[in-house]
Amino acid sequence: MRRPTLARLGDHAWLVRFEPRVDPDVNARVLALAAWVRAQAWPGVRDVVPAMAALAVHVVPDRQRHDAVAESLAAHLEAGGETTLVEPAPLEIPVAYGGDDGPDLAEVAAVTGRSPEEVVRRHCDAIYRVFMLGFLPGFPYLGLVDPAIRVSRRATPRTRVPAGSVGLAGAQTGIYPGESPGGWQIIGRTDETLFDPASVPPARLAPGDRVRFVPLPRGRVQPAAGGGPA
Amino acid sequence: MSAVLVERPGLLTTVQDDGRWGLQHVGVSVSGWMDRWSARLANRLAGNADEAAVLEVTWIGPVLRVSEPTTVAITGAAFDVLVDDQPLRSPLVRPVGAGAVIAFGQRAWGTRAYVAFGGGLLVPPVLGSRATDVRARLGGIDGRRLQKGDRLTLGPPPVAPGRRAMPDPAWLRQRTLRVLPGPDAGDVEGDTHLVGGEWRVGPASDRTGYRLEGRPLPPTEGERPSQPVVMGAIQSPPAGGPLLLMADGQTTGGYAVVAVVASADLPIAGQLGPGDACRFERCSWDQAEAAAEMRERALDAAAERVA
Repeated sequence: MRRPTLARLGDHAWLVRFEPRVDPDVNARVLALAAWVRAQAWPGVRDVVPAMAALAVHVVPDRQRHDAVAESLAAHLEAGGETTLVEPAPLEIPVAYGGDDGPDLAEVAAVTGRSPEEVVRRHCDAIYRVFMLGFLPGFPYLGLVDPAIRVSRRATPRTRVPAGSVGLAGAQTGIYPGESPGGWQIIGRTDETLFDPASVPPARLAPGDRVRFVPLPRGRVQPAAGGGPA
Repeated sequence: MSAVLVERPGLLTTVQDDGRWGLQHVGVSVSGWMDRWSARLANRLAGNADEAAVLEVTWIGPVLRVSEPTTVAITGAAFDVLVDDQPLRSPLVRPVGAGAVIAFGQRAWGTRAYVAFGGGLLVPPVLGSRATDVRARLGGIDGRRLQKGDRLTLGPPPVAPGRRAMPDPAWLRQRTLRVLPGPDAGDVEGDTHLVGGEWRVGPASDRTGYRLEGRPLPPTEGERPSQPVVMGAIQSPPAGGPLLLMADGQTTGGYAVVAVVASADLPIAGQLGPGDACRFERCSWDQAEAAAEMRERALDAAAERVA
């Protein structure tokens, strides 16, 4: 297990980097470190941002605080101490698969040589970890997807993907919290709210959470804005 | 209640403050003002705390009317402005009477001006900030640019002695940005390529970031997992020119980060717009820190009190 490196990210942030690959074990180390940094409550830290294989610690523009954080972080990494990631119980996300809710399901089935029903079953069989959030507020990057149903992103992204759309891209699956342009292959849609600025916390999912998808019988999801199947 | 009424909104006028911190881990961008130095100067001149919400004006400015007497300060990009019927040129700070109109005219230089009113703009904060994230549609007024008819409440007038505006600083107008090595500078030759080249801000550039046009970059290889980024980060994508991330940029990205603009020069970046030329110059960490310190001294000097 290689020791992570510490790099500067501009003059107000630090970046801890692990092996750069999509790997749940690498990601677990990132998330455990994020939890540890937050628990230290170092003064001046204004954001702790985990990603797939790296962690950023953003510090207020104060030289003393900035240097103190670097020292503490470097000492911790040098000491080699790593904490274990706590994996919470999975959150169930109900999804209406296929039809107008999942316009790419048939294509995914064709490309992977499975029936649409099997694609849905394999998507629902896994328990996913939230590796990170990014792209939009509340957008989770979940993994790892069953290798039998992995597909590339769409060659041409859609200009408009409805809120709640559930997509596939390589080894990851994700959910669009709001309407947005999107390049992932959309296989279903959920009614669950992924992001609401008026809620506390505003995002339904956080890095390290776990998710399982549950297929809804057809007809159980509210129609997408502008009409759709009942 | 003291308010600012929007008679004409301008091209892209948004409520901004120092940004939305603490939620990048759930994908919420920091957002906030593009030229932090000029925005804080406007607040100091108006007698506000540095972090009070202001208007960020882009290229074509608004026509505003104040309901009660207040102080208005305008900094950043230089504009002709009719303030209560007085033809002035920003930077400026003026007390204005009830019903006074502030009408932006011709732009002389720069891309973004900051308008601070005594008391600050009191739009309801969203997730701890009044900044407008236009990409995510959060904050400010319903997450959007100002529209005709918008009404912005002002806070109680600050009890502060008058301040005078210093002439706008020459450093803000020049076009060389000092950069620090990015975390991926060693992996790609992009850093060498960036520095010493002539670059132009491309037409699709906005608060999210600037696409830079110039000599094609050496191609970067391999798919990298998304990593956290920061305002000022310069990414080297596999195709197309480098990307300079700005205030509404995403929180993470998969492209190599070859350089990061030193915070002292981010205000200069904030004044760039499509079509502007710029260059990059390397600096050391110590130089970056010293430069940041100098900017703070300059800010203190620029908003000094009058007796």
